[in-house]
Amino acid sequence: MEVLSQPFFLTTVDRFARWAQRSSLWPLTFGLACCAIEMMNLVGPRYDAARFGAEVFRASPRQADLMIVSGRVSHKMAPVLRRLYEQMPEPKWVIAMGACASSGGIFDNYAIVQGVDEIVPVDVYVPGCPPTPDAVLDAILKLQERIRSGDRKAGVLA
Amino acid sequence: MSQELEGAQPQLPSTPPEAAAVAGVGAELARLFAGQVEPQGDSFGTEVVKVRPTALRDVARWLKEAGFHLLLDVAGVDYRGRRPPEERFEVVYHLLDLAGRRRVRLKVALPEQEPTVATVSDLWPAAQWAEREVFDLFGVRFQGHPDLRRILMPDDWQGHPLRKDYPLRGPQRTPSVQGLRSRFFPVRAPEDDRLAGPAESSPASPPDARGLQEGESRHGT
Repeated sequence: MEVLSQPFFLTTVDRFARWAQRSSLWPLTFGLACCAIEMMNLVGPRYDAARFGAEVFRASPRQADLMIVSGRVSHKMAPVLRRLYEQMPEPKWVIAMGACASSGGIFDNYAIVQGVDEIVPVDVYVPGCPPTPDAVLDAILKLQERIRSGDRKAGVLA
Repeated sequence: MSQELEGAQPQLPSTPPEAAAVAGVGAELARLFAGQVEPQGDSFGTEVVKVRPTALRDVARWLKEAGFHLLLDVAGVDYRGRRPPEERFEVVYHLLDLAGRRRVRLKVALPEQEPTVATVSDLWPAAQWAEREVFDLFGVRFQGHPDLRRILMPDDWQGHPLRKDYPLRGPQRTPSVQGLRSRFFPVRAPEDDRLAGPAESSPASPPDARGLQEGESRHGT
């Protein structure tokens, strides 16, 4: 039994895939409004999202797992946002950061989409105007917990 | 060293001798374009001149040749309910003479029905986008503009949002939102995964628990 002389651990393929997915949630690089200024602090030394594997903001949607909608979405921007979402490979998640992305916020007018869930499915809503980077970190942690504990999008893809 | 610094103090410009001439532009325009322009005095150092729409191009060309090489902005105003329908809209041009330190503001009143005025984008190319903005938000048409498209709103937008009779939430709030949904979610698969996960298994909460009353739903359903 030579194999037993080496260190090893047991798991399932699904749990292993979920561990990999939640350990490197790479967000897509884009900001829509003032929330983006707070979002940028995530990867700075003070908040350091690298502790949770979510610090690599990718400039291409092809390499991103996570879309952080940081700000209000105008009707003119909506098709652009949707296209970016569709260009991200599965599995992918969306965080609606702040009041505007979640519900339109103070912009209850003709120009702004009243919540980004009108155009992309949202996994976590973050309240605040703008939310603190801590709140966005909390959203990332909640998303990781969901991926770990049975989110249907995560795991081994059918 | 300090003496050198004191000696190097820049010469502050004296009161511009053109200050007297500023009052002259409106008077000069009134003399040249009698009956077409109406000087309205000085506003914080800017000469304000009301111009008939038909005379705008001649006045603009004369001003540019007189040294007003910089077009600062083209703005629109809707005076709905405060002025007669023949003068509901106003297009405002801000001009600056960099060499002479003179400023002029031209105001052109336009009627409610099909407000149209000649473009000045051939004189000042900077007017192209500014006029597109006024067209987009107020519906003023600029004759002779090379590319009069919307610039801020989506290309297929209906209406002109900065008009006073444009509803704040848009003319068709609920239909437009529903249209947006059907555009991006053509098929609502039952396994829509946004509600998947362990935390959302509580159908016990009543439908109005979110504080929305019937007909007030954000999704319009």
